[in-house]
Amino acid sequence: MLELKNITKVVGADTHIHPTNLVLERGSLNVLLGPTLSGKTSLMRLMAGLDKPTTGSVHFDGKDVTGMRVQDRSVAMVYQQFINYPAMTVYENIASPMRISGKDKATIDREVRKAAELMKLTPFLERTPLNLSGGQQQRTALARAIVKNASLVLLDEPLANLDYKLREELREELPKLFAASGSIFVYATTEPGEALLLGGSTAALNQGRISQFGTTIDIYRRPTDLVTARTFADPPLNTIDLIKSGAGFQRDGVTVLPVPAHLASMADGPCTVAFHPHHLSLTRPHETSATLPAKIIIAEIAGSESFIHVDSAGSRWVMLEHGIHDIEPDTAVELFVDTRHLMVFGSDGRAIGGSADGHSARGA
Amino acid sequence: MQKTWNNKAWFMVLPVLVLVAFSAVIPLMTVVNYSVQDTFGNNAFFWAGTDWFTDVLQSDRFWDALQRNLLFSGIILAIEIPLGILIALNMPKKGLGVPVCLVLMALPLLIPWNVVGTIWQVFGRVDIGLLGYTMAALGIQYNYVNNVFDAWVTLIVMDIWHWTSLVVLLCYAGLASIPDAYYQAAKIDGASRWAVFRYIQLPKMKRVLLIAFLLRFMDSFMIYTEPFVITGGGPGNATTFLSIDLVKTAIGQFDLGPAAALSLIYFLIILLLSWIFYTVMTNSDAQT
Repeated sequence: MLELKNITKVVGADTHIHPTNLVLERGSLNVLLGPTLSGKTSLMRLMAGLDKPTTGSVHFDGKDVTGMRVQDRSVAMVYQQFINYPAMTVYENIASPMRISGKDKATIDREVRKAAELMKLTPFLERTPLNLSGGQQQRTALARAIVKNASLVLLDEPLANLDYKLREELREELPKLFAASGSIFVYATTEPGEALLLGGSTAALNQGRISQFGTTIDIYRRPTDLVTARTFADPPLNTIDLIKSGAGFQRDGVTVLPVPAHLASMADGPCTVAFHPHHLSLTRPHETSATLPAKIIIAEIAGSESFIHVDSAGSRWVMLEHGIHDIEPDTAVELFVDTRHLMVFGSDGRAIGGSADGHSARGA
Repeated sequence: MQKTWNNKAWFMVLPVLVLVAFSAVIPLMTVVNYSVQDTFGNNAFFWAGTDWFTDVLQSDRFWDALQRNLLFSGIILAIEIPLGILIALNMPKKGLGVPVCLVLMALPLLIPWNVVGTIWQVFGRVDIGLLGYTMAALGIQYNYVNNVFDAWVTLIVMDIWHWTSLVVLLCYAGLASIPDAYYQAAKIDGASRWAVFRYIQLPKMKRVLLIAFLLRFMDSFMIYTEPFVITGGGPGNATTFLSIDLVKTAIGQFDLGPAAALSLIYFLIILLLSWIFYTVMTNSDAQT
């Protein structure tokens, strides 16, 4: 069990990590989700012991390891760049952590071949990393992390530099690879979709703060604040600032959206209404859906899906539609908002109510 | 479809062709021309064939000078390359120290060759030079004018002072290009300082080291100005390198034929050795 107790990291005048508490269980898969520069790598360095927290302490299995050097802890890390020893063969690269820890030759050979088999590297054991493709290089780095059998495995955007197909393949394998070891697995990513596919728990990170930590799917469906909701939305979350008054969310006294059943009990007043792009539609998804007039800004067709940017009620929104919708800009259309999935945030950014249970989110 | 010829392209490269012709091809051909002819003045030339080449290759003078060159370059490379790496490894990586160190390192490189020679010539003089006088005052026998060993030491120390910076700057650039994640990964592995150098820094510096090695080899093999200023090739012929020998032959004795043959041989030696070094070093790169 890894515990971060009230840790902060201040470098010069910049606060990289604001006071953070986090408990990660053994055998768990944890995703650090946040945009670039949100502090994912800083937090990982603190977890690993590469950096010492400015204040607070790090505990491992109840033991205070705050000042302990990284090589004395049981940590493995894989980076976005493909980091291997350039002059060593793949075999020697995979063997390197075990050589340093002084394992005997037979054990090393067995473990290297096992990891290579697992990572589909067996034919390349005698090559140097520079003579491998990017995917194979990263597999080598992952194999090195596996053989180390560390109790804390940190993966810092390990798939970001790989092409799409390899990414999908490795993403599927990764959790399985480390699941058996019983180690704590931390995976940093900027992509909400990746977090959802990995499952486990997610810590949403923003500007050096963990805005929410919990089961990945739970955070996606019920973010406790607007920052988390925005972090966990790709394409971006659609928002509009309105005033709740009785049965409607109004602007200038005109009702823009009706108040759905799950939010009926909320108090009147200013708020931010938010919903995911796939809850906006050109066709009526449900009889309770609200209708809004809008103008098309541009339609981007991405294979079997279309991202349609629209201007409605003075806000710029994105709509995710299945199929190809090649709509001319400036076309006036009627949009439907699935109000069952509306999220509402108060002026302090905290969530009010939450999206209704029982309706599963459609895709990522 | 008929292929269209664009003659404008020729027009575009013409200035470069003219420039290269005047700066390289024509002078080189003049030398080739001299090397196969004999003259007794009056602009009368006689065909000499390969006589001058045979003469040069059979003279002790040539082989002695070549040995001096090889020894000098060997010593220079054996000291400057490791020293340059060592200094580069210990240079600061960030902060105010970086520009300060870089400027200090670049300073010797900005000084013209003959000025460097003059500085050391004066520096080492026993009567007025800071180094020579101090050594004499300390009772250490040092005189580069009549002691062969002292002359060599002076030239070598001077070259190290002048050119190690180049190796340092190249290595520093090579080191700076290594992502921080490599060092982190090594730290997590618990790799020793030596292992980091041997398995990360050295392989990552390989390319720049090859360039540093070639540059330092070619330059030290062509050394002329500094020994000319400091020792004039002496004591005796102890520091008469091929370049100094060449100038003596060409301008001192005005033996144009042998001088031309010697310069062509000199040129081919540098070309051949550089090619061998390059091939050997890039081959070992492909193997590891």
